[in-house]
Amino acid sequence: MQAGDTISKPLFTGPEWTFELLEVARDAIEDIALNDLGLDVYPNQIEIISAEQMLDAYSCVGLPLMYQHWSFGKHFARDEALYRTGRQGLAYEIVINSNPCISYNMEENTMAMQTLVMAHAAFGHNHFFKNNYLFQQWTDAAGIHDYLAFAKNYIAACEERYGLSAVEEILDAAHALQSQGVFRYGRPPKPTTEELAAMQKVREGYESGQSVLDIWTDATMGGDKLEQIRDEPYSARRKLMNLPQENLLYFLEKHSPVLDPWQSEILRIVRMLAQYLYPQKQTKVMNEGCATFVHYYIINKLFEQGRLTEGAYMEMMHSHTNVVLQPEYDDPRYSGINPYALGFAMMQDIRRICENPTDEDREWFPDFAGDPDWRRVMRDAWANYRDESFIQQFLSPHLIRKFKLFTLADDAEQSHLVVSQIHNRSGYRSVRRDLAHSYDLAYLEPDIQVTDADLKGDRELKLTHTVRDGIHLSEDDRDEVLKHLRRLWGYDVSLEAVDAGS
Amino acid sequence: MHHFIDRRANPKGKSLGNRQRFLERARESIKERVDRSVRDKSIKDGGGIPAEGEKVTIPSRGLKEPRFHHSAKGGRRRHVLPGNKDFVVGDTLKRPQGGAGEGGKQASEDGDGADEFSFTLTRDEYLEILFDGLELPDLVKKASVETETIGTRRAGLTTAGTPNNLNLVRTMRNSLGRRIALQRPTAKSIAELQKQIEELQALAERSTEQEAYLEELILRLEALERKRRVVGYIDPLDLRYDTHVPEKIRNSRAVVFCLMDVSGSMQEREKDLAKRFFLLLHLFLARSYEHTELVFVRHTHHAQEVDEETFFYARETGGTIVSTALEKMKEIVAKRYPPDEWNIYGAQASDGENFGNDSARCKALLLEELLPVCQYYAYVEIVDENAEMLLSNPEAGEDLWQNYRQVKAQVPHFEMQRVSQPSHIYPIFREFFLPKAKGAQNAGG
Repeated sequence: MQAGDTISKPLFTGPEWTFELLEVARDAIEDIALNDLGLDVYPNQIEIISAEQMLDAYSCVGLPLMYQHWSFGKHFARDEALYRTGRQGLAYEIVINSNPCISYNMEENTMAMQTLVMAHAAFGHNHFFKNNYLFQQWTDAAGIHDYLAFAKNYIAACEERYGLSAVEEILDAAHALQSQGVFRYGRPPKPTTEELAAMQKVREGYESGQSVLDIWTDATMGGDKLEQIRDEPYSARRKLMNLPQENLLYFLEKHSPVLDPWQSEILRIVRMLAQYLYPQKQTKVMNEGCATFVHYYIINKLFEQGRLTEGAYMEMMHSHTNVVLQPEYDDPRYSGINPYALGFAMMQDIRRICENPTDEDREWFPDFAGDPDWRRVMRDAWANYRDESFIQQFLSPHLIRKFKLFTLADDAEQSHLVVSQIHNRSGYRSVRRDLAHSYDLAYLEPDIQVTDADLKGDRELKLTHTVRDGIHLSEDDRDEVLKHLRRLWGYDVSLEAVDAGS
Repeated sequence: MHHFIDRRANPKGKSLGNRQRFLERARESIKERVDRSVRDKSIKDGGGIPAEGEKVTIPSRGLKEPRFHHSAKGGRRRHVLPGNKDFVVGDTLKRPQGGAGEGGKQASEDGDGADEFSFTLTRDEYLEILFDGLELPDLVKKASVETETIGTRRAGLTTAGTPNNLNLVRTMRNSLGRRIALQRPTAKSIAELQKQIEELQALAERSTEQEAYLEELILRLEALERKRRVVGYIDPLDLRYDTHVPEKIRNSRAVVFCLMDVSGSMQEREKDLAKRFFLLLHLFLARSYEHTELVFVRHTHHAQEVDEETFFYARETGGTIVSTALEKMKEIVAKRYPPDEWNIYGAQASDGENFGNDSARCKALLLEELLPVCQYYAYVEIVDENAEMLLSNPEAGEDLWQNYRQVKAQVPHFEMQRVSQPSHIYPIFREFFLPKAKGAQNAGG
């Protein structure tokens, strides 16, 4: 065995883990993560859970505390059925964007897997959550636990007061609009002073055990504002209601003529959680790539230092290899691009471009090809991009060739699919652009906005779907969602499709 | 700053509330499936519910969580794929059948194939839905006779034991592992050496080199044979034995007598209704007892014990004498089911027609012979599909009905009802087993 910087004895030798061994391993990982890679992490809270608890966590979008709803039960039933029949394994870990950063490790894991998981989740994901600009701007890692606790209790209180089915009706409708419950392009309007005061009261009421339901009245929420709106002239009304508005849940919460304050609050809860999870949807490739790169670097370093046995190292490598497997398009296992594979390959590639750049790399990445400090380049990338922009900036011709990427153009008016670009000199930029495009949520998710709502007139809520590239909404679901929307709005709802005019 | 927390001891079933909400939500579909499985399955295998629960497949209508999303069809798209082998720009491909991943969505029983949702109801959940709201009557508790049997249970492997308990698979697995690890010479390698030696020895003259080689081979052979002796094929270390520990098994047993009139007037419709009733009763009792047995007795003007198949599907003609079935039941009880060991239940289905003054005999048999040993006895009269008058007026009825009414007046653990449609079965069954019934005092002596 080649010795690295220092020669030490293995951290552990057998497959069984104990809390003492976990601490020893965690310290060794932390040393490399902080002092070698220069990561910056939230304090870690690592929790050991059983398989059933893992299924629990799964079903509640990975959050530790969640209000109750039948759809979580449905996901639990489905995941459990798949797991018990062996058709789906469980993730080795779940990690939560919070401060302290909570990660779950399963008790079934071997010591080697626990080590891998800690490097991956407690340091890789943790660093990403703390430093990526999307998470910094849009999520409140320190406050999420309090908010979840508040949401859970609030909804339980509503169930008690208004009945299960009344709450369920609102939650069902709100869930249907979850993807339209985020601000994509700009910060949400700042809460008004009345709202801030009301929120403060809610917090206090919540803490002092007073029923929060009593506080959400029109007076505290400034509900009489609505009257003013009704008296405004047409153009001013649109301005006052922030039209057009992409965040349907926000709009309904503020302006629905039929919702009680507690119902608006439930919309708000669903909207807050959707917004909290939105950055994760935008950074799957980067987040997994970062965590995978970090664990790969750390376990190799530990092995070089003689702190892993060959057996443990082999087990980790085996798992790592499975995770980053990318089947080709004609392989029966192919199911799209594996974010772990793409993310990891891109991170490794960035390091390569810093350490051993080719002429091609120098031409494509003049900013950092040959940069002596690849760690800094990497940390900058992790901090300042999301999947779309990251691929657009960092996917190299080298990798496009390695993955043998090609673009298939699919035009419904043509009878055949056409290979429009392949991995050659004339195709690199287009392939890269096409791939980046396919991670752009603003493009993947339908663009639906509230364009008008005449509260003084017929009160019809007018929505506009901007159709791009001739791609329309799936009809069955569209009609179902509209029913939910109608329930929340109380009056007619119309949805008009407008072509973006490409 | 950094710390570990052991959550494994936390209460389990955090998602129980969600699961209950989900079941509630899906209740109608699930109930439909449960009802269907009751209809299709035989009584004897417990209505077909395996011990670990019932797999239920429900269409996801109503369980759908709709979202605005793009249609998979139409428009202009670009897909980036990995693994190009020999495409060049401009190559064309046939569009995959059914568009992007939508194949098979149309063809299915419920027209919603791609979204069929299947999961496993636990046995308890299944029965709960089946017996929604029913309570176990007190009478079931009292006389559940417990008999203790000594049985054995497997208790893992040990390294010592008797030859008849040798676990061959484990032993051979250990042996193989040890032989590979200690590199026990194979018979084949020894045979090869021996052959080489024999060939050399067979030579009339040997050169000095050959002589030396022969000697070396002999030494090597000896070494191999010595190693083969030392590293045995099976070593005592390899042996593994199964062990068993004695265990007390408690039994509480019940037998359900299913009595049915099979004379010509009982058609498929009538038998189907009866079957549903018997099945419900059996499932219900199987929940309270470790063993429930079924006895099928059918009768025309004479009664006989038959198997389930014959009971429900064979048809006979002839007169109707109901008391023969009761006599038969009495006879079987005396022969096979001593009332101090068995909980005995009677369930009778008929269309209410009986011969002459036989109904009085039935009454006497019930009161004197059967009801004293029964936990519960239920009579279901299957009437015409449009016999509104009979259904609404319990006082009206034929001779048998009238006599049974007198029995009911005297004995609390006797119940009777009329049905004319499948949908009646369940409500009357509920009525039979509502908590009001208290009659076990009479049973078992």
